[in-house]
Amino acid sequence: MMNTFVVYVENKPGVLTRVASLFRRRAFNIDSLTVGRTEKPEVSRMTITADADRDQARRIEANLYKLVNVLLVENITNQPAIVRDLAMIKVAATHEARSHVLELASVFRARVVDVAPDSLTIEITGAEDKIDGLLEVLRPYGVLEMVRTGIVAMRRGSKSPNMAATASNFAQVVADDDVSYSV
Amino acid sequence: MTKTGAQILWECLERERVSHVFGYPGGAILPAYDALKHSKIHHVLVRHEQGATHMADGYARAGGEVGVAVATSGPGATNMVTGIATAMLDSSPIVCITGQVGSKLIGSDAFQETDITGVTLPITKHNYLVTHASELARTIREAFYVARSGRPGPVLVDITKDAQQTSCEFDWEAAKPQLPGYRPDLSPDAKEYEQALELIQKAKRPVILAGHGIIVSGAMQDVRTFAERTGIPVALTLLGIGAFPASHPLNLGMMGMHGEAWVNHTIQEADLLLAFGMRFDDRVTGNLKTYAPNARKIHVEIDPAEINKNVKVDVALVGDLREVLHELLPHVNTVDRSEWLDFIDQLKGDAAVRDIQNLPDNGHLYAAHVINDLWRETRDADTIVVTDVGQHQMWEAQYYKHDRARSLITSGGLGTMGFALPAAIGAKVARPEAEVWAIVGDGGFQMTMAELATVVQENLKVNIAIINNGFLGMVRQWQEFFYERNYAATPLLNPDFVKLGEAYGIRSVAVTQRSEVVPAVQAARRHDGPVLINFKVEQEDTVYPMVAAGASLHEMIRRPSPIVETAADE
Repeated sequence: MMNTFVVYVENKPGVLTRVASLFRRRAFNIDSLTVGRTEKPEVSRMTITADADRDQARRIEANLYKLVNVLLVENITNQPAIVRDLAMIKVAATHEARSHVLELASVFRARVVDVAPDSLTIEITGAEDKIDGLLEVLRPYGVLEMVRTGIVAMRRGSKSPNMAATASNFAQVVADDDVSYSV
Repeated sequence: MTKTGAQILWECLERERVSHVFGYPGGAILPAYDALKHSKIHHVLVRHEQGATHMADGYARAGGEVGVAVATSGPGATNMVTGIATAMLDSSPIVCITGQVGSKLIGSDAFQETDITGVTLPITKHNYLVTHASELARTIREAFYVARSGRPGPVLVDITKDAQQTSCEFDWEAAKPQLPGYRPDLSPDAKEYEQALELIQKAKRPVILAGHGIIVSGAMQDVRTFAERTGIPVALTLLGIGAFPASHPLNLGMMGMHGEAWVNHTIQEADLLLAFGMRFDDRVTGNLKTYAPNARKIHVEIDPAEINKNVKVDVALVGDLREVLHELLPHVNTVDRSEWLDFIDQLKGDAAVRDIQNLPDNGHLYAAHVINDLWRETRDADTIVVTDVGQHQMWEAQYYKHDRARSLITSGGLGTMGFALPAAIGAKVARPEAEVWAIVGDGGFQMTMAELATVVQENLKVNIAIINNGFLGMVRQWQEFFYERNYAATPLLNPDFVKLGEAYGIRSVAVTQRSEVVPAVQAARRHDGPVLINFKVEQEDTVYPMVAAGASLHEMIRRPSPIVETAADE
């Protein structure tokens, strides 16, 4: 199943390579990875999705923690979370198709960000399946170019991660049917 | 006080209790070498940078302190790769210092430029590129802290030439490590201890699997107390040898691919495995699907990423083994295990290794005899044996009985041929009062034999026993078993090792008869300089028993008959 990890790392050169290299080295395939700044200048935040079963997901988490620059790892796969992907889609839109495309864009609450004689560029933000949906209905008109950022995710609610308490966070016991586990 | 980066480097190493470094100079590290004259640190000049890393590794494993290797940029740094990977897989704390081209030249493919932090990223615990002298003190402190804490491992610090040359204010106190994401000090919670104790209480056929973590944690006495109090027998991994005395009645010996068959059978019959500081390596488990099928498993391990990696366990106690045992010990009871121990004795039966010392000499020289004789001669001394990789390594593990931790140093995880001689040098430097024997095959010895010059230059009393069978023996054994005796590229044409040793000024002798083994060993021990003994042993001898790669632990290729008869049959 697809797992979503939110990874807080020290904002230092080379950290992205370390994280990416870890997935390669342990033979896990990254489906998407985004990285950006956070409210703290010294901390960067990654959202990584990877296909893994439950044991593998725990090993990914434990191995991420082995990286000295990793501050905190949250597996938010089964947590209530806001997950957003952003796409820009350039669609062939000649005179007669233009109004249809505009209509579809508005149904999906997407925005037109560029207009050319033969094409429209649409920007859409949302969960991945919503973007997949828009893409699906635009395909018949001719998708000329498409780019997606990969997802960023944030846990719902007011609780925010406490970097200072990472050690206790790390050592928490994950309850399981038959296994006691302390990562 | 204002100092150059080079001066800061040496001062930081001194403050990290470094007395010796193993290195090789070159362009990008020259500023550091220039400043060495002001330092109390003794520099051991090696003959190849791989040797420097193995020496640092041997130094760390023998003495328990962080070993340090120094090299220049480019080829100097890349030559370290094998030694770094060796230290990584065996959790050995070393710090590698490499010079790097000037920071302005980085990325320009300058002369002797290699992205060594990129190259070593997956084989170091952590690594650093230092481009300013002002970053140096903190980086060195962090490197040593990371290398020696938690699960130890290699750390590489790549220092640009300008960072060595420029000056800055040096303040050791202010340069404290800042590692907000590093957590080497985990410990289990109460619930996990309770679950572990419950399993221990209920177990009828428990076995302790003793690994390298016991030695790293310094938990030898605690494991012994635990085993004695609970009456639980102890099987060892290769790197666990010495963690529990070979002469102890509860010691079963080495398990796994070349463990005795009854030891592996015991594990397969167990109802509880207590894994102490080991990682269920494939050489230990054989086929995972059939591994210890009836056993519950308790895994005491400092590295959370090892939990459930190979073997799914019932209880994981993530923390320092010594602390975990301190928590467990007051709550475990003495239990009568006579039924279980009698059962193990039955398994032992005739399969137990006979006392090969008492066999009549049949004119053949077997490596097992050499090693067993060497053990008998050196057992009462403070002896450190350093082995290379291959058949002799397994025979050593089987026939040399180690009672003390850190008395066997060997490349287990990576299986690095060429490890023994340089690691023995490192061990001797770390423990000059100890008697150090490098036991090497004729193949592995030739990979790093250039370090004979280092032995002589440093005037080190290192004894070298070459187990010379004219083959890459272990590979030949696999060809014998699994490739229809097609000995492709395994026969070796060797130089005259005696002349070779003498060319370096090392007293060297050849031994071809069993009767010459003990006198040669005794003479070597009496000589106050290094000695090389070329033991010309049986060419096509085989390490038994053996679990074929991927086979179940109980499906062993057994000795055709006990080793003694094998010898007599020929």
